[in-house]
Amino acid sequence: MSEPPPAEPPGSLLGIGVSPGHTAGPVARMAAPPELPARRPVVDPPAEVKAVGAALEAVAAELERRAGAAASAEAVAILEAQAMMAADPMLREEAERLASEGLDAAHALDAAFAAHREQLVALGGYFGERAADLDDLRNRAVAAVLGLPMPGIPSPGHPFVLVAADLSPADTVTLGPEVLAIVTEQGGPTSHTAILARARGVPAIVACPGAAALADGDPVAVDGDTGRVDTGIREAFAQEIRVRHGLERARLAASRGPGRTADGHPVPLLLNVGSAADLRDGAGEGVGLFRTEFLFLDRRTPPSLDEQVAAYAAVFERSPKVVVRTLDAGTDKPLPFLGLPPEPNPALGLRGLRVDRVRPAVLDTQLAAIAQAAGDCEVWVMAPMVATWQEARDFAERARAHGLTRVGAMVEIPAAALLADLLLEYVDFLSVGTNDLGQYTFAADRMHPGLADLLDPGQPALLRLVADCARAGRDAGKPVGVCGEAAGDPRLAPVLAGLGVTSLSMSAASVPAVRESLAGVTFEECRVLAEQALSAGFRERHDRRWKPRPSGANAVEA
Amino acid sequence: MPERTVAVASRSGLHARPAKLFVQEAMRLGVPVKIRVGDRKQVPANSMLGVLSLGAVQGTVVTLSGEDEAALDALVALLATDLDADTEQGEARDE
Repeated sequence: MSEPPPAEPPGSLLGIGVSPGHTAGPVARMAAPPELPARRPVVDPPAEVKAVGAALEAVAAELERRAGAAASAEAVAILEAQAMMAADPMLREEAERLASEGLDAAHALDAAFAAHREQLVALGGYFGERAADLDDLRNRAVAAVLGLPMPGIPSPGHPFVLVAADLSPADTVTLGPEVLAIVTEQGGPTSHTAILARARGVPAIVACPGAAALADGDPVAVDGDTGRVDTGIREAFAQEIRVRHGLERARLAASRGPGRTADGHPVPLLLNVGSAADLRDGAGEGVGLFRTEFLFLDRRTPPSLDEQVAAYAAVFERSPKVVVRTLDAGTDKPLPFLGLPPEPNPALGLRGLRVDRVRPAVLDTQLAAIAQAAGDCEVWVMAPMVATWQEARDFAERARAHGLTRVGAMVEIPAAALLADLLLEYVDFLSVGTNDLGQYTFAADRMHPGLADLLDPGQPALLRLVADCARAGRDAGKPVGVCGEAAGDPRLAPVLAGLGVTSLSMSAASVPAVRESLAGVTFEECRVLAEQALSAGFRERHDRRWKPRPSGANAVEA
Repeated sequence: MPERTVAVASRSGLHARPAKLFVQEAMRLGVPVKIRVGDRKQVPANSMLGVLSLGAVQGTVVTLSGEDEAALDALVALLATDLDADTEQGEARDE
């Protein structure tokens, strides 16, 4: 989509572009966790005690500084809580005691963190989840005492291109506005990095093993459309790209109106939201995926009917149409109040609608709350992880018994796609979740760093399943939408429209680029693109990075 | 030493936001206050890790002890409030 660069850059690396946009800047790498050196004989214990205190203070100060500069309330809360743990008097007392007894500062810190970590893990549940925070703090404190760079998101004091092996959810939430673009060595199109980058509108490339060779300060240009990182560029070139990127973003941000092709074929562009907060800038053509999990997180008891009614109404009031997904949790996304025992293979276990087999009351309360909260909003409701027509039928009956009139099923399991026509005898619409459908079709874990190519939604096998669903919808005269990450990919939108998909649901940041992409093609062109994609795969024809690469190759081009 | 006993009112227990607000208030008050569950080991109220280690969920009865009764009352009032109740507002401010 971007114009060709003005001059040929000295070298480039290839990965998978997961968030569009072309920008440039200096690299700042995420430092790796420090290795604990061998124990050091201590000659001056008071000096070690002092070093322990100084390290903890430095960590707390750094986190407070970041909290002060953080972009979102969520990030501020996380950073402040971490700063409080770093400044914890019990932790410090314990570490100082160990140091005074002859441990070197690094080992004293390590041991003190380990003791607290063990305590939290023993409590289990959501207390146990704080263990990850302690690990992060421990790495920071040990790095501080050893004089190494603090691990975590770098903070060089100027805008930068973030380069990392991979990013964790905790890393991503604290990303600030200084991050121009993201390049990771691992990760796939449905990884946290990809989803977050799209939501923020930050260009991103994942599965770029060559990025391991990039060093702090290296000037690079990142093209999230093609997955290409140009290295060794001159500052004037970088600046030109940044200016163009800014103009492009401003132009896209100013775009308005419903989704349609050049010849006016409508493809409503809907939003994926997690709560009313995601609708602060308006709902556009409506909400295509309202995830309801946020209400259930960190709970020992399920939220009451009234509490659910209030939370759903807050979303319904802000949008003309909302497609609600009932609770999508289970052993893959454990919630304390469900009390489900761990399973060896959670992705293939009790999750989504299947939780209803053991905890039926949860769904009934939720359906009742959705019906009560509806008001003037056109509320559609759908179940996640439907596998059989019987499940679709039973869910539809339950939902209708609560007075809900538009009932649908998510298609995330190949079995459901294969039975799309049968499902539509019982439900009013289908919504294809391409992330899970890809994972189950290709037997490839969504988060597996080495299988990113299999998880690309442009894969013809996945597109054929989408096509089957769309055809069944056309035959039945019922809508079939897509709400996975594929729906927010501007290059894939014409293909999905051409397959007969009736709406696309995505994060708000993805809407402008998808709108523009659809507006640039006629519906007939969409159909031709779809036909090609079904036979040969979309990417192979349109994007050279999808040519098979020798395994493990870095794809470095001179 | 003066003591106060109170049941934790916050939905998520003494964890996440409620724990943070409680410890922040204890730090702000700046006088020594200890907190414990039943007969278990008491921890300083200004220690986040200590407070988390209580594992207190909604309804857990905790005991505060300290010389400053006004500080105890202030902390009891905080524990008796559902500190998650205005979380939604907090979320609405996100980003």
